[in-house]
Amino acid sequence: MPSLKDVKTKIGGVKKTAQITKAMNMVASARLRGAQDKMEAFRPYTAKFNEAMSNLSSRSSSGGNFPLMEKRDVKTVELVVVTSDRGLCGSFNSNIGKLAERTMREYEAQGKPVSFVCVGKKGFQYLKKTEKVRKVYRDIMGTFQMFNAREIATEVSQNFLAGGSDKVEIIFSEFRSVAVQRPTGHDFLPVQPSEATEGESTAAKISGEYIYEPSVEEIMDVLQPLYLNVMIYHAMLEVGASEHAARMTAMDNATNACKDIISKLTILYNKARQAAITAELMDIVGGAEALK
Amino acid sequence: MAQQIALEVVTPTGAVVNEEVDIVNAPGYGGDFGVLANHAPFLSTIKIGILSYEIGKKREFLMISGGFCEVSNNKITFLVESAEFGHQIDVDRAMKAKERAEKRLAQAASHDESINVTRAEAALQRALSRIKAASTR
Repeated sequence: MPSLKDVKTKIGGVKKTAQITKAMNMVASARLRGAQDKMEAFRPYTAKFNEAMSNLSSRSSSGGNFPLMEKRDVKTVELVVVTSDRGLCGSFNSNIGKLAERTMREYEAQGKPVSFVCVGKKGFQYLKKTEKVRKVYRDIMGTFQMFNAREIATEVSQNFLAGGSDKVEIIFSEFRSVAVQRPTGHDFLPVQPSEATEGESTAAKISGEYIYEPSVEEIMDVLQPLYLNVMIYHAMLEVGASEHAARMTAMDNATNACKDIISKLTILYNKARQAAITAELMDIVGGAEALK
Repeated sequence: MAQQIALEVVTPTGAVVNEEVDIVNAPGYGGDFGVLANHAPFLSTIKIGILSYEIGKKREFLMISGGFCEVSNNKITFLVESAEFGHQIDVDRAMKAKERAEKRLAQAASHDESINVTRAEAALQRALSRIKAASTR
């Protein structure tokens, strides 16, 4: 049986840990709110953007030749993996890493070599053992801005245009709710004309003839890189929110685990105390008995 | 009261302007253009520059960076990467940015190939527009 003092020290230590995890939980929940606000602010921009994109691509069916939309024979694939920079958020980052690895294996099984572009330190740490990481963007997830997204999008699309990859997918974690974050993969390059689901409503709305300045094709040329920025930025926002949500859950669990340990240790402590008292009493009684 | 048109300026960090205005002037691809109420459907890319609009006698200036704008159903929507009101702009900072960009361009013009000319030019454009927007407050 551990001594009274040992148990007491241990209880103190676990209490401190619980304090820290609780504080981290609160910080994460405050940050989550910030991240959600950011997502909220970004939503109208994406909505409008997609609308305009589908509007334009329905007009340019005349077959404009856009290098970013060119569908080539897929020989090499690049995966853009967006994760957080920091740990202590449960299985959040490794879930994204696992999805990336699985996707890599699928492509390699088809004989298509894969390279990675990691956004966020944790993804790199997970994937560096594959030795296929082409580029890493570290320490930008905390305070990322649009220009970070632009930098990444430019780098990836230039590599695509130079023939370094024939297909690019982006892997990140979708923020469903505070409790649910799901790792997902999306096609990134070549640029797909917008989804058919939105197409109907917008096509009806824009029946009127537009004046385009410059031509539809030239606008598309400008819009496509912007579209990529938007996609990267969107992924970063989702990951940002997911990270904080995952950390909240992880830290909540940790705090609860601490409480369990504390109550167990307290029982142990009381038992040890009682045993000590009993032993002392026995001594006293024994001593008094001997004096008679 | 003359007819008005709804103006909306949207950036990745949220909507900046959402108002009924009399006229909008913006730097389009082929030069500046003005939009009044009931304009025909129109779509244009936007350069870095100054967007101005009027409500009655009030005139506002915004510095905007690249994106595009769409006019339809008596509504004009700007989708730009950033938009700042003239009175929000830090002139000193813009001046410094201007000097920096000019220096980089001068370097690039002489020999230095490490300088990204397009980027420096864009930075200079932004700085100049900021200064201009701030001076018209």
